[in-house]
Amino acid sequence: MAEEKKPCLCGSGLTKIYGTGVQKNVAVDHVDFDCCQNEVISIVGESGSGKTTLAKMLLGLTKPTEGEIYFQGKKRDISNMKKKKEYWKRIQAIFQDPYSSFNTFNKIDAVLLDCIAMRNGKKYTRAKKIEIMEEACCFVNLEFDELTNKYPFELSGGQMQRLMIARVFILKPEILIADEPTSMIDACSRATILEMLMKLRKEIGMTIIFITHDIGLAYYISDTVFIMERGKIVESGPAEQVILHPKEEYTRRLISDVPKIHEEWDLSSVKYG
Amino acid sequence: MKTALQQVFHSRKFVTGFAIFMAILLTVFLYPLIIQDEPLAILGQGNFFPPGIYVNIYDSIHSKSYVLNLKDAASKRIGKILTDQSRQDIKEWLVSYGVPEDQIDINDTESLLSQWEENYDSSISLPGMTFAKQRYFQRLDESVNGLLSSEGVVISEVNQETGNLDQTNTIDQSEYVHINEVANVRILPLGTDNFGRDVLTELVKATGVSLKIGLIAGVVATLIGLTLGLLSGYVGGLVDDIIMFVTNLFTVIPSFVLLILISFSIGQDNRGATTIAVVIGLTSWVWTARAVRSQVISLRNRDHVNLSKLSGHSTAHIILNDILPYIASYVVMALILQVSSAILSEASLSILGLGPRTTEVPTLGLMMNWAMIYQAHILGKWWAYFPVIVVIALITFSMNLMNTGLDQVFNPTLRD
Ligand SMILES: Nc1ncnc2c1ncn2[C@@H]1O[C@H](COP(=O)(O)OP(=O)(O)OP(=O)(O)O)[C@@H](O)[C@H]1O
Ligand SMILES: [Mg+2]
Repeated sequence: MAEEKKPCLCGSGLTKIYGTGVQKNVAVDHVDFDCCQNEVISIVGESGSGKTTLAKMLLGLTKPTEGEIYFQGKKRDISNMKKKKEYWKRIQAIFQDPYSSFNTFNKIDAVLLDCIAMRNGKKYTRAKKIEIMEEACCFVNLEFDELTNKYPFELSGGQMQRLMIARVFILKPEILIADEPTSMIDACSRATILEMLMKLRKEIGMTIIFITHDIGLAYYISDTVFIMERGKIVESGPAEQVILHPKEEYTRRLISDVPKIHEEWDLSSVKYG
Repeated sequence: MKTALQQVFHSRKFVTGFAIFMAILLTVFLYPLIIQDEPLAILGQGNFFPPGIYVNIYDSIHSKSYVLNLKDAASKRIGKILTDQSRQDIKEWLVSYGVPEDQIDINDTESLLSQWEENYDSSISLPGMTFAKQRYFQRLDESVNGLLSSEGVVISEVNQETGNLDQTNTIDQSEYVHINEVANVRILPLGTDNFGRDVLTELVKATGVSLKIGLIAGVVATLIGLTLGLLSGYVGGLVDDIIMFVTNLFTVIPSFVLLILISFSIGQDNRGATTIAVVIGLTSWVWTARAVRSQVISLRNRDHVNLSKLSGHSTAHIILNDILPYIASYVVMALILQVSSAILSEASLSILGLGPRTTEVPTLGLMMNWAMIYQAHILGKWWAYFPVIVVIALITFSMNLMNTGLDQVFNPTLRD
């Protein structure tokens, strides 16, 4: 990653507070965050540390209580629907829980067709659309013929996450925020999903913000790592530096949870807690 | 959309409910085409005629007669009047008159009646007998009088010129008429009500009117509740605050009190069925709004909504496609509750005299009300109120079945 680094998504003083009064809950607490183009960034933290909340703010799905987000050097402006749509053409996400990520009333085609429409407007003919969908499904090892006319809940968790990747494949965004895309599925599918994400990254050259609670996984895939603890970023830096020479107690604890950190990573035998 | 409709009609529950509901609707629409009576026309003089077939006596006399010699005709005739109860009563009278008890055999019709004829005198008042009882025995005497005779009945007409009675015909005991040849036969399947109106005709009309009231009120309430609930739930912020303020205002004032006040201020003359329906709808949307709002709030942060946003859909599109289907069965459920509660609200209003104008159309509520006021339930006149209850139950039952069926289609994960 020695090329010149162009900042593409930065946050400064990002804060999100849920509730008021006694129920006040600071989910994200003055986080400064920046990532550069073509990098893989990992945000690591235990459950409830505010990773998803941070991701949603970066995506523009929730409003930060405080703080600013800069997109490609400029202050992000998503004040109206049109600007939001433009923004979302360039930044996309894969959510944590595949089972609740799809509208159960729409067929799978609809999900992919939405993406085609978003990317290219409505210019394409039906045949061309099908070709694109087939290509996308092929990329993630799914049979389009089997998927068409099915509903999302008829798929397995792993298939759903691959469908999510197919979405991203069609949309070809500049930034992808992957929020624990593998936490709900079995180890074997995990490896496949990760492989696909990396393949996709290589193919369309996008920045990936990878959210996980597994610091080992972060070490395996990322250039830069951010460690999050109870809404704050406690440590950040290049993956090797952070993980091999952690400064924070919290980071050390996260690392000690992963026994195989210094050995060669073997995806097929990864065991997750 | 098309496939959803197909799925709906594959659900057995929905189809059953739909069939019942359609049957009710069809009856409401087709019945007036066949029986063209005014639903509120007063047919009977007197109240609560029992259900059955009414044959015109005058027409029967003038119809062609057929002689049928049936063996058990006489005993049937006697049995109809001399029931076990009246035999007992006769014995009772005779005993207290002074006939020795062992001489009376209540199963021997002939001797019993001859003893009665010998001894009974309507002017005698036995000790300890109430006036009502006395009257009863007078009536009994009249009815058994001539019961054993095999003579026919003489029909006479007044001669207009002389003023004498001219015998025109005699009718033997073995003469019959064919019911189809009698000009006037009226079937009253559910008898008549307290005003002497045909209950069935009235009931069909009332069902139609009540359904209309229920549907209008339900749709009005659901539309208002749904719109406000969706807006306040999805948009949130200031919009939510304002809508919730109004909703809370309406919650604090009991809607029924509001309903009474509004109905009262409208005045008797302006209270058509539709007006009442709209008023009921305007006062009962609160719970729908609250329920929808809380559902929407739990839905709006779901990932599928987020995904839809990321796919560039507009707020309206998201509300219609990603929120509404998830609460559709909920809304239908609310609609059903609204419809049935509107039917009941109308009934309660009617009892207070604040329902639709009584002179125009019957409603299920008004029918119950009339039956209650005239004590049909105490007098055992079941046909005046029981069918009404059955119709109300059928309407709610069918709509609930439809709702369950819809639920299975709208929530595909419920299907197995
Ligand atoms: N919509 C919300 N309303 C109120 N509180 C919320 C909401 N979403 C998240 N929180 C709170 O914010 C905190 C951070 O939640 P978040 O989902 O960001 O954690 P996370 O790091 O993604 O955890 P996990 O690894 O389990 O996904 C939690 O304490 C949670 O209770
Ligand atoms: Mg999370």
